[in-house]
Amino acid sequence: MISIQNLYKTYGKQEVLSGVNLEVKAGEFVALVGLSGSGKSLLLRHIVRLVKPDSGTVLVDGRDVNQMPHKELEALRSRVGYVFQNGALFDSETVYDNVAFPLREKTRMSETEIRKRVMTELDLVGLTEAVDKFPAQLSGGMLKRAALARTLVRAPEIILFDEPTTGLDPMVVNSILNLFDSAHRRLNLTGILVSHEIPEIFGIVQKVAMLHEGKIVAEETPETLRTSPAPIIDQFVNGNIEGPIRLR
Amino acid sequence: MIARFSQLGRWFIGQLSSLGECTFFLVESVAVCFAPPIKWNRVIKQIWFIGWKSMPVICLTGAFTGMVLALQGYHSLRQLGSEAFLGPLVALSLLRELGPVLAALMVTGRAGSSITAQLGIMRINDQIDALELMGLNPVRYLVVPNLIALVVAMPLLSAVFNVVAIFGGYLLGVRVQGLNAGVYFGEMHNYVVFQDVLNSTYKAACFGLLIAWVCCYKGFKSRFGAEGVSTATTQAVVNASVLILVLDYLLSALIIK
Ligand SMILES: Nc1ncnc2c1ncn2[C@@H]1O[C@H](COP(=O)(O)OP(=O)(O)OP(=O)(O)O)[C@@H](O)[C@H]1O
Ligand SMILES: [Mg+2]
Repeated sequence: MISIQNLYKTYGKQEVLSGVNLEVKAGEFVALVGLSGSGKSLLLRHIVRLVKPDSGTVLVDGRDVNQMPHKELEALRSRVGYVFQNGALFDSETVYDNVAFPLREKTRMSETEIRKRVMTELDLVGLTEAVDKFPAQLSGGMLKRAALARTLVRAPEIILFDEPTTGLDPMVVNSILNLFDSAHRRLNLTGILVSHEIPEIFGIVQKVAMLHEGKIVAEETPETLRTSPAPIIDQFVNGNIEGPIRLR
Repeated sequence: MIARFSQLGRWFIGQLSSLGECTFFLVESVAVCFAPPIKWNRVIKQIWFIGWKSMPVICLTGAFTGMVLALQGYHSLRQLGSEAFLGPLVALSLLRELGPVLAALMVTGRAGSSITAQLGIMRINDQIDALELMGLNPVRYLVVPNLIALVVAMPLLSAVFNVVAIFGGYLLGVRVQGLNAGVYFGEMHNYVVFQDVLNSTYKAACFGLLIAWVCCYKGFKSRFGAEGVSTATTQAVVNASVLILVLDYLLSALIIK
């Protein structure tokens, strides 16, 4: 469904992505892991053409994202739910208005229907108490959950989550992962989850891909990861100092 | 040597392409103004924020401008024995130049800077990207409301500035220096024509468009964190202020011809 081929992106003298190849099949969840600054967020941005690559292609359903006419790109984007690393909530609007925003602007739903949908979504992420707060008044974890609600309310087919659970307490992490898992099964979602929550996330993904020095250096199923992982991914997952990755 | 030339060339091409980008931004913004839907609730909010909240500073600067004009004008005119013309002097300098220009500079400092900062923060926090990913045009939501609000509010603010300044001139000329009130307003009536008022309004509207253009563009193009936003804000205020004076010269030259 999503196919990234030979993607290169350089900023100034820094080659951030140098030949990334990644396949995500329909209905599959992939965990994308890697060191901080390895370009995980940047890779996600390429999928919805927020950034154009220097070379290489990004195909979604066999269509090249960077060659698409505007209308088609818009149609693609409307199928994608993207949660930014920092949430990207509109700070001049309350949590409720933020979540209602895409429904108000992109659908013809009545305000009562919108209210129902928004409250259901906020209930799922446990934010019903904070509906009238502004983003600046939320904690980091609450921001994440509000952003999640704003994305899920649009019922996307493809989800791209940039660290959906980083900085949350274990209870909330598990409830969010459960939420993904049930949504995944129910709606047959496809998705990429950038995450550092290594062991927790393994339960809900079909594949773990590791981005290192601009390339996908390892792709494993959670099972092989548990039994006989490649040394590089083993080192990363277990956080060993010794191994093929050297911190600079 | 060749390296120098190619560096110069690259710089020139860079400047040219950012000029092109900047022009395209204006064209797109104006085009979206004429392609409904317009987000009227946002327009009204911005008119309130830009127009109404600028009133105190416009009144204050207006009053002092009028007073200092009358103070200087009265002394100069008295040397020529023609202090009767204080009214027209004050009114015409305000309507033709000072009113729109000073009001625009005040609005740039007060509202323009905050527009740039707000859009800049939205840019670096990915809020503008988030809008785009929802399939919504950020220009429609963030630029057009400011543009309409400034084009509407700027002439009104400039008019308020003029009225307050003429009254300030009256206070100084009539109440302090003892000029006859009938002379002050009567001569003004004889010399100021309606075209002056119209030109003043047009000028102010042009300045409104200019402020919206520069400040929104700089905000949209902010990069690299808080420092990027602060640079963008400074640049927006400086560029808008300089361009207001340049545009004022061009418009005046056009009007006088
Ligand atoms: N617009 C940009 N201009 C210059 N460099 C950039 C830009 N965007 C990303 N980079 C560089 O690309 C690299 C990867 O950034 P990215 O945000 O994708 O990292 P990440 O893997 O998401 O890290 P983290 O886990 O900390 O979020 C960084 O070294 C960053 O400096
Ligand atoms: Mg990141």
